[in-house]
Amino acid sequence: MATRHSRSAARLMMAPAVILLLGWMLVPLTMTLWFSFREFLPLRGGDMGWVGFDNYARFVTSSAFWPSIQTTLLIVGGVLLITVVLGVLLALLLDQPMWGQGVVRILVIAPFFVMPTVSALVWKNMFMDPVNGLFAHLWKAFGATPVEWLSQASMFSIILIVAWQWLPFATLILLTAIQSLDSEQLEAAEMDGAPALKRFWFIILPHLGRAITVVILIQTIFLLSVFAEIFVTTQGSFGTRTLTYLIFQRVLESQNVGLGSAGGVYAIILANIVAIFLMRIVGKNLDR
Amino acid sequence: MGKITLEQVSKSFGEVRVIPPLDLTIEDGEFAVFVGPSGCGKSTLLRLIAGLEDVTGGTIRIDGKDATEVPPAKRGLAMVFQSYALYPHMTVRKNIAFPLRMAKLPQAEIDRRVAGAAQVLNLTDYLDRRPGQLSGGQRQRVAIGRAIVREPAAFLFDEPLSNLDAALRVGMRLEISELHKRLKTTMIYVTHDQVEAMTMADKIVVLRAGHIEQVGSPLDLYRSPRNLFVAGFIGSPRMNFIEGPEAARHGARTIGIRPEHIAVSADEGPWSGVVGVSEHLGSDTFFHIHDTGLAETITVRAGGEVGFNHGDRVRLTPREDQVHRFDEKGLRIA
Repeated sequence: MATRHSRSAARLMMAPAVILLLGWMLVPLTMTLWFSFREFLPLRGGDMGWVGFDNYARFVTSSAFWPSIQTTLLIVGGVLLITVVLGVLLALLLDQPMWGQGVVRILVIAPFFVMPTVSALVWKNMFMDPVNGLFAHLWKAFGATPVEWLSQASMFSIILIVAWQWLPFATLILLTAIQSLDSEQLEAAEMDGAPALKRFWFIILPHLGRAITVVILIQTIFLLSVFAEIFVTTQGSFGTRTLTYLIFQRVLESQNVGLGSAGGVYAIILANIVAIFLMRIVGKNLDR
Repeated sequence: MGKITLEQVSKSFGEVRVIPPLDLTIEDGEFAVFVGPSGCGKSTLLRLIAGLEDVTGGTIRIDGKDATEVPPAKRGLAMVFQSYALYPHMTVRKNIAFPLRMAKLPQAEIDRRVAGAAQVLNLTDYLDRRPGQLSGGQRQRVAIGRAIVREPAAFLFDEPLSNLDAALRVGMRLEISELHKRLKTTMIYVTHDQVEAMTMADKIVVLRAGHIEQVGSPLDLYRSPRNLFVAGFIGSPRMNFIEGPEAARHGARTIGIRPEHIAVSADEGPWSGVVGVSEHLGSDTFFHIHDTGLAETITVRAGGEVGFNHGDRVRLTPREDQVHRFDEKGLRIA
């Protein structure tokens, strides 16, 4: 972009994309804000005018609000913990030279290509079903009573399903990071008297810092809006109602667009709070 | 104490034998340089001594004790890598302290040794920086610092200067030599640069395709190379090789004569040729002489002020006492 002419030409050519993206973001955001201040019940009288902050007050004072925030954070935190820890371990394992490396790597990535709805249904019906599920058979084989996963351990089950889906993503990013580690550094550490565990702790893990940050940030964005896995398994019951699911229920089950929109604005606020915390904690890794 | 002995040490990667069985002794306190063209196995040999590669056969002794199966950390050797292999997320201080921390030394002792090493290597002002904020020469010194704090039995250097620019390389060469004089610790140094080998070594080990071609002091190798390979490898510019009748006159298949042992003049001397390219270094001038009827080109060293132009016909006088003679197998005839 050396000359003034080429700069203005570049601006002109980028304009359509920028305008489209802005419209894509601004229109729904404005509509959400608009509806959040109105009494809007599509099946019970339609749009009934301004109500000020009534929707906001009702949404927060509802007994479902704080548990839903807690559930959301628990799912995000649980999935992050499982995917990062197992992701690092799997990446270490896959980095070892072995027979059939190519096939194994593709298999490891495969779950990421399965649609959330499908994978949740597979888990629900094939593994966690208390009568026909594989886990039930396994439990019975040992003479134990099968666990009703989705009702007795509902949060754990959902975290498990979501983590299974996101583990390949974490593994893939961490694997590429491990492969970029200079092998001479590991040899130097070995000569310096660091056994395998210390080499992992002092050399490999710090090297992975940036990749782990990227995994955490990207996954958080998507995990805050987990929906399909809850919809096809517990439908928000047994303490699995996240903020996203609560908004869905307010808008579609209670047919209250105004209340749901106010919830949407709270979701934006929650996402920003989480983002600020994350950037404070792990964001400094990106500066290096 | 760091006497290192290799007995019948060999190394194969799968089917490929990179080092056939070889014997070598490096005395305590010696500065030994492994030199050879790239791919000759010199780095592999160093890594075998370090323990980073397992030997296929033979025994490695350090201080007379069998160290063949001893893990690298327990051999008491410190290594400086070609890429320096500094830990990028640690400060210089932590980099240098790392081996001491791993050895679980008390903090006071660690601080003392790090400060000592930093002073020796002029790194005191940089202790709180990270490797990424240092220049190439400073990184090199940090890598050396990390090696010396361990007070090892021997230092291993794997082409440590190859990433530095020419001026810095000369400086670091002197610093490493100085360090060796002061510490009097065994050092093994791998390089493909024969100037480094000649200037630093007590003992040069010339390698080709895993074989040791000759072991000796720099001047031994310069004065009496054992075969054509060593003769061609040691010395810069390289030795002139002449075959045919002129060699036969000396009773050899090939004779070799170094550029510095040929005198050039306008009208005197048994050989004659035409000046090709001349390289003026200021102190010396190297003439590449063509059409001598002896070899394709003969390189000759003359004083810096000797002026012959491209295309001039000159005459050459070899110093008869400096002619090296080699037989059909390329071995030196005494």
